[in-house]
Amino acid sequence: MKIDVNTLKKIAHLARLEFDEAGAEKMTQDMSQILDWVEQLNEVDTQGVEPITTMSSEVNVLREDAVANHLTHEQGLKNAPQRDSDYFRVPKVME
Amino acid sequence: MLSAEVKSKYELVIGLEVHAQLLTKSKMYTSDSTEFGNLPNTHISVITLGHPGTLPKVNRKAVEFAIKMGLACDSTITRRNIFARKNYFYPDLPKGYQITQDKNPICVGGNVPITLSDGTKREVALTRIHMEEDAGKSMHLAGEVDTLVDFNRAGVPLIEIVSEPDMRSSEEAYVFLSEVKKLVKYLDICDGNMEEGSLRCDANVSARLWGAEEYGKKVEVKNMNSFRNVARAIEHEFERQILLIESGEEIISETRTFDAATGLTASMRTKEDLNDYRYFPEPDLSPVIVSEEWLSSIQGAMPSLPRELHHKFVNEYGLPEYDAGVLTDSKEIALYFEELCTLTRNYKAASNLMMGPVKSYLNELTLHISDFPIGPKRLAELIQLIDDGKVNFSVATQKVYPEMLIHAEKTPLAIAQELNLIQDSDEGSLIPIVESVLAENVVKVAEYKSGKKGLMAMFMGQVMKKSQGKADPKVATKILMELLDN
Repeated sequence: MKIDVNTLKKIAHLARLEFDEAGAEKMTQDMSQILDWVEQLNEVDTQGVEPITTMSSEVNVLREDAVANHLTHEQGLKNAPQRDSDYFRVPKVME
Repeated sequence: MLSAEVKSKYELVIGLEVHAQLLTKSKMYTSDSTEFGNLPNTHISVITLGHPGTLPKVNRKAVEFAIKMGLACDSTITRRNIFARKNYFYPDLPKGYQITQDKNPICVGGNVPITLSDGTKREVALTRIHMEEDAGKSMHLAGEVDTLVDFNRAGVPLIEIVSEPDMRSSEEAYVFLSEVKKLVKYLDICDGNMEEGSLRCDANVSARLWGAEEYGKKVEVKNMNSFRNVARAIEHEFERQILLIESGEEIISETRTFDAATGLTASMRTKEDLNDYRYFPEPDLSPVIVSEEWLSSIQGAMPSLPRELHHKFVNEYGLPEYDAGVLTDSKEIALYFEELCTLTRNYKAASNLMMGPVKSYLNELTLHISDFPIGPKRLAELIQLIDDGKVNFSVATQKVYPEMLIHAEKTPLAIAQELNLIQDSDEGSLIPIVESVLAENVVKVAEYKSGKKGLMAMFMGQVMKKSQGKADPKVATKILMELLDN
């Protein structure tokens, strides 16, 4: 599957990643190759096989509705790059 | 300005998306508290904050609540549920994705019955109800360089109820929302408070010429914090779209925000650009299988629903539709009334008492029926007092009832006796009263006899006054007729 530069840019935008335009050609080639490699899976006959969504075969791993396991306010805010006494602070976002 | 004539060429099409915060104690995928109104960032955990290496785990009760709503709406319950990641970047979403459901929502289809003000009844079709988690809260304060984020709300369980584009007026949308609110409150799965945001509504609005087969381009309107504002936003959006179409412009499929102060909507962002959520199955959660056994235990625990009680009040108790509507408006009132009706057979009197004196007392003091001092048993005794002809309805409600509110322990009969209110149905004692009234009004009696039959009410009034309100109206009327017509 061939990835073009526009698709590359869209993916970068969605992932909020920047890349060097000079390397774009190389990156599209790499991504195309990765997709080609994964596409080999299409050769396997999956007729009648239920898709799996998790690697575990367990079902109904449920919690009872009880409160536990808090982080304290201080612990929660500890790793924030920016904070004040109450809040996480992030660069201003306005819609 | 849009003329009524131009407006009438277009059909309004509305679909609603309602988010209801579930009344669980803990969050959807973690065990931190869902309590509202605490200090910022105090109900948080490593899972809520999206720390690496942490795994979510589904809250059983949240699943049950979603199923309850589905059963109440006659939806098909999905037996094998998986979750999905909806990917987008926003600071109030620490993981960078919301865990929701995509292709197999827990409830499929179903409907919500509505009754419009002109009595029209119809069912609004649902597309789906699915489970998901709420985001945190960002604050953009004026004069503040940063955005502040509070994650207490992040991960609180939600159900999203999605209707088909099945409503055709803002009134239908308003009534649909009221019914959804009533349902979640009857089921006790959400407190239904729109002002506080535990019930939120987005409206998809489009306009098309009558008879057109295709829907118009839809616009999603957000940010309405009351039912009334939802109706206002829809009306405004409909007119805005017609004006655009009429002037040959194209409607852009976008999200718009409603401003309650101006009643207008404004563009937030265009959907095409950013709406690439790249859903895929959530690998961190194993499937939730709803077994026959689990489903029937939830079914068995379902409370009476407003439509069932409404049906019962109309068909078993013989009450007018209007009464049934008022009495089923809140679950607690409906259950009180239902209990009252096991204690009396005079259902209409019971309904009149509930809708009149009981409701006005509760409204006046902004009380809840659970704070109402008079139990159903005492209220039934008051009805019995009326039925036995001991007091009439107005004495019962104006004299006995206020005393009952103060002295909940006394029987209505004891109160009526103490206040000397027991009605006089004894002909022997009423005849002299009637006779003296007629003797005092010789001129009026002559007028009555010459055809002014309307004077009957005046004579009755005099009899009531002389008897201090205690004359049994039925007996007194009978005596009056006999004496006047002979």
